[in-house]
Amino acid sequence: MENLSIAQPPHPPIVSLSQRLTLCDSGFVFDPVTGNSSTVNPTGMAIIRQLQQNSNLKQAVTALQKNFKVQSRVAERDFIEFTNLLWNHFR
Amino acid sequence: MTVGTAVTVAVTGMNALPDNPGPGLAVARCLREAYGDNIRIVGLSYDALDPGLYLHEYCDSAHLLSYPRNGAAAILARLVEIQMQEKIDVLIPCLDSELPVMVSLAPRLLEMGIRTFLPSAEQLERRAKDRLPELSEIAGVLCPQIHRLTSPGFFKTCEPEGWLYPLVVKGVFYDAKVVHNPEEATAVFNMIASQWGLPVIAQRFVAGEEYNLTAVGDGKGNLLGEVMMKKRAITAKGKAWVGIAIHDDALAATARRLASALNWKGPLEVEAMRDSKGRYQLIEINPRFPAWIYLSLGVGRNLPALLLELALGHATPPLSPPQPGTMFIRYAQETIIPLAAFEALMIDGKRTQPNLRILP
Repeated sequence: MENLSIAQPPHPPIVSLSQRLTLCDSGFVFDPVTGNSSTVNPTGMAIIRQLQQNSNLKQAVTALQKNFKVQSRVAERDFIEFTNLLWNHFR
Repeated sequence: MTVGTAVTVAVTGMNALPDNPGPGLAVARCLREAYGDNIRIVGLSYDALDPGLYLHEYCDSAHLLSYPRNGAAAILARLVEIQMQEKIDVLIPCLDSELPVMVSLAPRLLEMGIRTFLPSAEQLERRAKDRLPELSEIAGVLCPQIHRLTSPGFFKTCEPEGWLYPLVVKGVFYDAKVVHNPEEATAVFNMIASQWGLPVIAQRFVAGEEYNLTAVGDGKGNLLGEVMMKKRAITAKGKAWVGIAIHDDALAATARRLASALNWKGPLEVEAMRDSKGRYQLIEINPRFPAWIYLSLGVGRNLPALLLELALGHATPPLSPPQPGTMFIRYAQETIIPLAAFEALMIDGKRTQPNLRILP
C-alpha cells in the first residue's frame, strides 16, 4: 500500500476515479466508465464523499473522526484501506 | 422523427434465438417504437422457424430469403419477387454473413427503388477480422496480433514462436472461443472451419473486460450517436443477457479513429477489451447493429431510426446525451402461431397477414 503522510493529498487517480462515481444515499455505487457497481457502508460513503470533494488526507480524517467518533489513527487507517479497495474495484 | 409518410423498411436477421439472437428483431422494435403505424416493417430471414417472422407487432409481413451461400444472383432474384409485393423503400441488413452480398447488390437495389446505407466493399473488407491489425495501425488503436490459418498445424508449433496459450480462435464471420492447449485449439479450428469455412483466425488473448460500442458512420469519417455497453451477464455463447450503458470518452475516441480511418458508412459495433492498464484493445468491428441495439432506444439514441433518416436523405435528429447506468435484461418468451402461418412460410416463403389468434 502507498505510504501517505498526514499532510499529503489523496493520490490524484483515486480522486479522479471517485469523482466519476455515482454514489446513491442507499450506498449503491456505480461507475459510468466501467459499468461496475458495488455497495458500501456509511463509512465507505463518507470516504467517497470526501474524495469527491477533493479533500486531502488530513481533512478527510478530521471529517471521519467527527462523523464516527473514532480516533485519528483509526480514521486514517480506514481511509487508506478503503481508498485502496475502491481503486482496485473500479479502476 | 421526420418520416412524414408511411415508409416501408425491410429488416433482415429475424433469428431472435434466446442464446444468440440476430439483431433484426431489435432493429424492427426500435423502428416500430419510433414511427408507430407510420412505418411498414418487412421481416426478412432464412429459416421458417426464425421467431421474428411471426411477431406481427414488429413485422407487418415476413419473407424468406435465399441463403447468402447461394450467391448474389439468388438473393437478388428473391428480392425482386419480394419488391413486387412490398414496395420496399429501405433495406437494413443485420447479419455479417449477408453483408458482402448486400453491399454488392446495393446499386441494383437502388435501381429497384430500395435504398440502403451501407459501407463500400473496400470498407467492409478493411474491417474484416483478419485485417484488423493493419487497420488499427493506421487508426492508432491497439489491437492484439492475429494469424490467418488454413490448417490447425499452427497450434502445435505456436508456443516456441511466442504464441502462448490461452489464444482466441475465431471464424471469419462468427464464433470465437478461448483455447488453452493444442488439442482444444485443433478441435475448435475444425468446428469453426466446418461451419464458417476458411480461413480461421488465431488471435492473441487479451486479459481484461469486454466493452462494446455501437454507432452509425456517416460515410464522411464521422461517427454518430455512440452508445456504449458492458455485458453484466452472458449466455452460454457469450452473448449479452444483461447489459449496462456506460460512457467512456477513451472508448468513444477509439471508435471515432477507426470510423475516420475507414470513412465508415452505416451501422457498426466495435468490440474492445479494456486491459489491466485501462487501455482499449480492438477485438472486432461488426458491420451491422448488434443484437443489443434496443438499448440505444433506452438511452435516447434510437440508432436504427437515425440510420433510416440517413438512408432517406433526411437531416439527422438531435440525440440525447449519453445515459450511463441504463440497463437491459433480455428474456425469452413464447409466441403462439397458427399452423397456417408456418405453412405459409414453408410453402410460399412469406407471411403477409397478421397471425390469426387461436381461440380455445
